Amino acid sequence: MFWGSRKTIDMNYFPDEVLEHVFDFITSHKDRNSVSLVCKSWYKIEKYSRQRVFLGNCYSISPERLIARFPGLKSLILKGKPHFADFNLVPDDWGGFLYPWIKAMAKSRIGLEELRLKRMVVSDESLELLSESFPNFKSLVLVSCEGFTTDGLAAIAANCRFLRELDLQENEVEDHRGYWLSCFPGSCTSLVSLNFACLKGEINLASLERLVARSPNLKSLRLNRAVPFDTLQRLLIRAPQLVDLGTGSYIHDPSSEAYNKLKAAIQNCNSIRSLSGFLEVAPCCMPAIYPICENLTFLNLSYAAGLQSNELTRLIHHCRKLQRLWILDCIGDKGLGVVASTCKELQELRVFPSDPFDAGNAAVTEEGLVLVSEGCPKLNSLLYFCQQMTNAALITVAKNCTNFIRFRLCILDPIKPDPVTNQPLDEGFGAIVRSCKGLKRLSLSGLLTDQVFYYIGMYAKKLEMLSIAFAGNSDKGMLYVLNGCKKLRKLEIRDCPFGDTALLEDMGKYETMRSLWMSTCEVTLGACKVLAKKMPSLNVEIINESEQTEFNLDDRQKVDKMYLYRTLVGHRKDAPEFVWLL
Amino acid sequence: MAKEGLGFEITELRLGLPGGSMTEKSVKKRVFSEISEEEKSNGKSQVVGWPPVCSYRKKNSFGDKDGSKTSKFYVKVSMDGAPFLRKIDLALHKGYSDLATALEKLFGEALRDADSCEFVPIYEDKDGDWMLAGDVPWEMFIESCKRLRIMKKTDVKGFGVLQPREALKGTMKE
Repeated sequence: MFWGSRKTIDMNYFPDEVLEHVFDFITSHKDRNSVSLVCKSWYKIEKYSRQRVFLGNCYSISPERLIARFPGLKSLILKGKPHFADFNLVPDDWGGFLYPWIKAMAKSRIGLEELRLKRMVVSDESLELLSESFPNFKSLVLVSCEGFTTDGLAAIAANCRFLRELDLQENEVEDHRGYWLSCFPGSCTSLVSLNFACLKGEINLASLERLVARSPNLKSLRLNRAVPFDTLQRLLIRAPQLVDLGTGSYIHDPSSEAYNKLKAAIQNCNSIRSLSGFLEVAPCCMPAIYPICENLTFLNLSYAAGLQSNELTRLIHHCRKLQRLWILDCIGDKGLGVVASTCKELQELRVFPSDPFDAGNAAVTEEGLVLVSEGCPKLNSLLYFCQQMTNAALITVAKNCTNFIRFRLCILDPIKPDPVTNQPLDEGFGAIVRSCKGLKRLSLSGLLTDQVFYYIGMYAKKLEMLSIAFAGNSDKGMLYVLNGCKKLRKLEIRDCPFGDTALLEDMGKYETMRSLWMSTCEVTLGACKVLAKKMPSLNVEIINESEQTEFNLDDRQKVDKMYLYRTLVGHRKDAPEFVWLL
Repeated sequence: MAKEGLGFEITELRLGLPGGSMTEKSVKKRVFSEISEEEKSNGKSQVVGWPPVCSYRKKNSFGDKDGSKTSKFYVKVSMDGAPFLRKIDLALHKGYSDLATALEKLFGEALRDADSCEFVPIYEDKDGDWMLAGDVPWEMFIESCKRLRIMKKTDVKGFGVLQPREALKGTMKE
């Protein structure tokens, strides 16, 4: 009778364990956040069953509150410094320290298993504490971090008995000695992924070989420069099951026995789908890897400065299944033509400058990009450093590739107009945002007026992150973006004529965003103070590198760098002297 | 004057009207284009953080321009008959033919003065052996070359120049 009279089933009739089991299938952070808002009992169940948390800004909440909110936390992603810190716009000691997080989680006996960090300051002390506090710790991924030495890595190696993943990407690590690798105990056989390509120093090669030999589950191995060719060959013999390989030094005499041995070893590695490294390279040794190129889906040669265009194109001819390609601009427009005709599955392309300080020599132009757009219709992610760009080219690209999710264009001379028409690039970028309805991330460059921002505000409805430099004419530009881009989360602006009017027009907007960065713009100290006062849910921070103290500054003075972000916990306690918290 | 403005802006109290900021905005753009001009002559960017290449990548893929890597590959070059030794930066050259061109430039005079005899380029490697230049890949060569000597072919017989090791092993087996 009870069942018969209801049209819908009341979910709360089910015991908590059933709901929890259902929630297990909900993995996206956004969805889980939504689930927790449905009702009190769902909030509670979701809270205790939540294991994975993503914090895009480590200062948006405190460690203690996070732990209280999600006591079952097992996997944490933390991001620290603002993005422009990558380009030296944020002074050292700004913040983003890992230690308080480790300390708090250790104290509360959180069963941490995975930690992924980006742009954080990671001390050896924090790594040591981590290694001692979480017996089930499995995975450490550090991207663009700093503050630690190989001593910290030694602690991780020695103490994390079930370590599966140690992945160091582009970190600044002080290299003391190579002994850290030898700290993995003989009983450690669980490694699945080991990436130490960013380390500068020597390592114990015999230890490395033994470690690889006793790691049957090893799928990903990225070596540093200090690992020579001979060792690579021996490692490949021990690990033919590798899926992802990053070579260290790749220099040898192609007529030697060692080279032949490597050729044979590589042919046995049928599972390699991802290849990187070649930090030092002898082009004549590249043919050894041709056999595995056929199956590659990811190729990263962006650090292989020793390869010239013809060698690169020879290699790419073999890579028909490539989905992601990271390469240096010495490949040239013609080389990109080879990519276009060979790599029909290409989704992501990154072309880095081989000589960032000499714009005149940049080897790729709009022609290369057009060729790729014609040949690779699946292209959805682009990072392209080039010498010049035209509106016509961008319009063509927009027509050919409507699937862009990420579109980052960097013309090495940042205020360069279309060299053919001498016009700003407004129309070109306008075509991109109009055509690519799913665009989430956009970086602009070249000569740009307020018009481009009009287009962005009008068409880029899914845009989440926008990076602007040396662009625009007036506050209108910034306002178009703030008003039009409803999904905007991160906005970073440098050297643009946007000022107080734009900043203060819609202060509530910033509560819907993660952060806003403005440097060398027209924003005054007074306006920042007004914003900080009206919006207690935001932290408005001024980075001031001059000798001046707060008291001597006039409110009408322009601030050099402002970074604001939404937060639940007010001013941070660890700000250095040069950061003013308004 | 414009550049001074850029530097002292933040620290100077200004009594001017807010509208005065219009000129500063164009000053910034002008200053940047002035810097760009300099950049082209210096070969070095003056603008902080541009191009937006992350600092790790800057330090690790463009090492040749930093100076720290190039100085490692300076080697002495001596030429029979030339009064002075020279120094050459191997890292600046792309291959053997590039090197040959550079050596010709360095020793042009001595080469011309020598009575139509042929020269042989040899180098001392890490093990202290004198090797004939040109056998091994260029990258291997610059890693192992300690010094270069441009030797008169006629002097070779008395010198005892070694072949690369593998070839030597081969001959010894026979």
